[in-house]
Amino acid sequence: MYKITAKEQLAPGIFRMLIEAPRVAAKARPGHFVVLRTHEAGERIPLTIVSTTEAGEVEVIFQVMGKTTAYLAGMQVGDGLPTFLGPLGVAPEVPEGPGTVLCVAGGVGAAPILPRAKDYSQRGWKVLTILGARNEDLLILEDRLAEVSSALYISTDDGSKGHKGFVTDLIPELAQKEEISEVLAIGPVPMMAAVTKVTRKLALPTTVSLNALMVDGTGMCGACRVSVGGETKFTCVDGPEFDGHQVDFAQLRQRLVQYLEEEKLALDRYKKEGECQCLNG
Amino acid sequence: MPERVKMPKLSLEERRTTFSEVALGLDASMAQAEAERCLQCKHRPCVKGCPVGVPIPEFIARVKAGNFAEAADLVLSVNALPAVCGRVCPQETQCEGACVRGIKGEPVAIGALERFVADYRRKETSGPTPVPGLAGVKVAVIGSGPAGLTAAADLAKAGLKVTVFETLHAAGGVLRYGIPEFRLPKRVLEGEIQAIQELGVEIQLDTLVGKTVDLTDLRREGYRAFFIATGAGLPRFLDIPGENLNGVYSANEFLTRVNLMGAYRFPETDTPVRAGNKVAVLGAGNVAMDAARTALRLGAKSVQIIYRRGREEMPARLEEIENAEEEGVRFELLASPVEILGDERGWVRGLVVQEMTLGEPGPDGRRKPVPVEGSQKTLEVDTVIVAIGQSPNPILVQSIPGLELGARGTVKVDENGRTGLADVWAGGDAATGAATVIEAMGAGRRAAADIIKTLAEEVK
Repeated sequence: MYKITAKEQLAPGIFRMLIEAPRVAAKARPGHFVVLRTHEAGERIPLTIVSTTEAGEVEVIFQVMGKTTAYLAGMQVGDGLPTFLGPLGVAPEVPEGPGTVLCVAGGVGAAPILPRAKDYSQRGWKVLTILGARNEDLLILEDRLAEVSSALYISTDDGSKGHKGFVTDLIPELAQKEEISEVLAIGPVPMMAAVTKVTRKLALPTTVSLNALMVDGTGMCGACRVSVGGETKFTCVDGPEFDGHQVDFAQLRQRLVQYLEEEKLALDRYKKEGECQCLNG
Repeated sequence: MPERVKMPKLSLEERRTTFSEVALGLDASMAQAEAERCLQCKHRPCVKGCPVGVPIPEFIARVKAGNFAEAADLVLSVNALPAVCGRVCPQETQCEGACVRGIKGEPVAIGALERFVADYRRKETSGPTPVPGLAGVKVAVIGSGPAGLTAAADLAKAGLKVTVFETLHAAGGVLRYGIPEFRLPKRVLEGEIQAIQELGVEIQLDTLVGKTVDLTDLRREGYRAFFIATGAGLPRFLDIPGENLNGVYSANEFLTRVNLMGAYRFPETDTPVRAGNKVAVLGAGNVAMDAARTALRLGAKSVQIIYRRGREEMPARLEEIENAEEEGVRFELLASPVEILGDERGWVRGLVVQEMTLGEPGPDGRRKPVPVEGSQKTLEVDTVIVAIGQSPNPILVQSIPGLELGARGTVKVDENGRTGLADVWAGGDAATGAATVIEAMGAGRRAAADIIKTLAEEVK
């Protein structure tokens, strides 16, 4: 069992946890992820490693989307996860700076972008960050992102904080002001697709991190396959980061909804059982 | 001459709707009657046909005498997974294929008898035979499939302190995620794994060697030898248009969802699977038969095996082909998949196949399929399961500097499973590419013997 040692709610439906997993913590690099299970009959889901502690804990941040994340949100400090496998995926090498990277985070995408932004910053890069969410309440990790960024721009769909509109609105102006060498965009699929559309016009190399469906997370099943530059890649072992200008986002969106009905059924059942405290809270 | 005793099978009705094991096994009197048929040949051709050298005439003689425990001891002395082997070995090409009884009539049902004695004695294990000086010396087995478990058992019997590292959350490798419940009930597998653990073998789950830990870490932790038994877990695809449509599975994904994750019990379990109504399984090996029979049990109305060669060329075990056919799986032979068609929402709606004919034998002796000009047709299907084979997973082997690889990413080894690195051995599908359970076990046995010999010399 992998013990939950800390739990905190960051925003409505968004939680942060520390999990005791010394072996995973020792090997984790920015960009890695884990696959976890919450209980014996549970499914395996991937989550990005946000940070690690000296004490051998791994930080994860997740938004309640379906049964598994709802179940996880209902778990408490002291509870144990039966599976916590990692670190998985390719952790990209950041070359030594100088250089300027634009990090664009949408919603809970702030969590996977944080360790990457920090890595850039530690290697002498100038980090510009755009953090977007539907509204002010759903903005997370603002302080921690500000710490590793030389400038942080906020954008909300409803204008409750910062720029009113989408993260993409801010990119062209920034690209004019700054010598941006690359862009890293992590968030919902439509947001990443929109960012790549803008940066393609600006001829800015853009990396995205994909959240494909996975089962084992180690290259065994191929559930997470995506088309990148016309070639099939496995998100779990070839990614999760890819050249955003090569990713077939339409196919990714389509593959992500394969089990929508089943996911709804599982969540409804779980809520009915009355075990779910997180969605009402 | 008495006829071969037929193993009772589950009713077809139950087979279509449940995951209960199909072949029900022999009872004691049936086993004794079958044992009577063994001629006790002096030259033991059946033993030569067995990759791990089970003392077949000897154990059968004990079954005949009603001494089942002793028969089980004899089998267990060389085979750590007899209940698995009795169920999944291709006996017709191995022990039973060499049986003298088979020349005129049917061979002795050696597989059924092995299964009988293993089931009879499942809870007990044979004692280890310790090698002086090896007590407590640490060795690592990477992968808990048939090769890994066999090696682990043998290494532990020699007194070594064995740790098996497994990536998934349950041990067994392909026996866990690949072979379905109706062919190898999980309780049988659990029993065999427990017996191996009782020998002192520790199994560490959720540990992907190459990622969670690497060989450098493990050497520092005192491990003196490594056996790579990571199998062939990387699914191959055909690389035809439409393969990323919704409703296209690799057989690995389909079977892993069902077997490892228990998707057949969804929503009691959280992992879903969609078998659809009309299923095409591409390929005709044992994995394809498992996928096809699984799809039927999940409620598919029609399941077809699509294979580009003919019936004679199908690589699956005869018994599995027969079982599939009995259960209603249809065979679309001499048909090569060309394209998978999708609907406007990105789901599978059809499969275009090219009609083939068999031409001259290729370098492997099998007749090569060649296309029949202008004869494509579209099969109406909503699910496609790609079961055309697996390659070794590269994660571990790429993390080991200096490890030499062969074709398709297999680890290069000599006949004892030695790699070019002094403390690393490999065997099973990781070294051979996808093959059978029993061959993997044989490789596990040979490597374990060589590890024991090597370490015994080192500690002298």
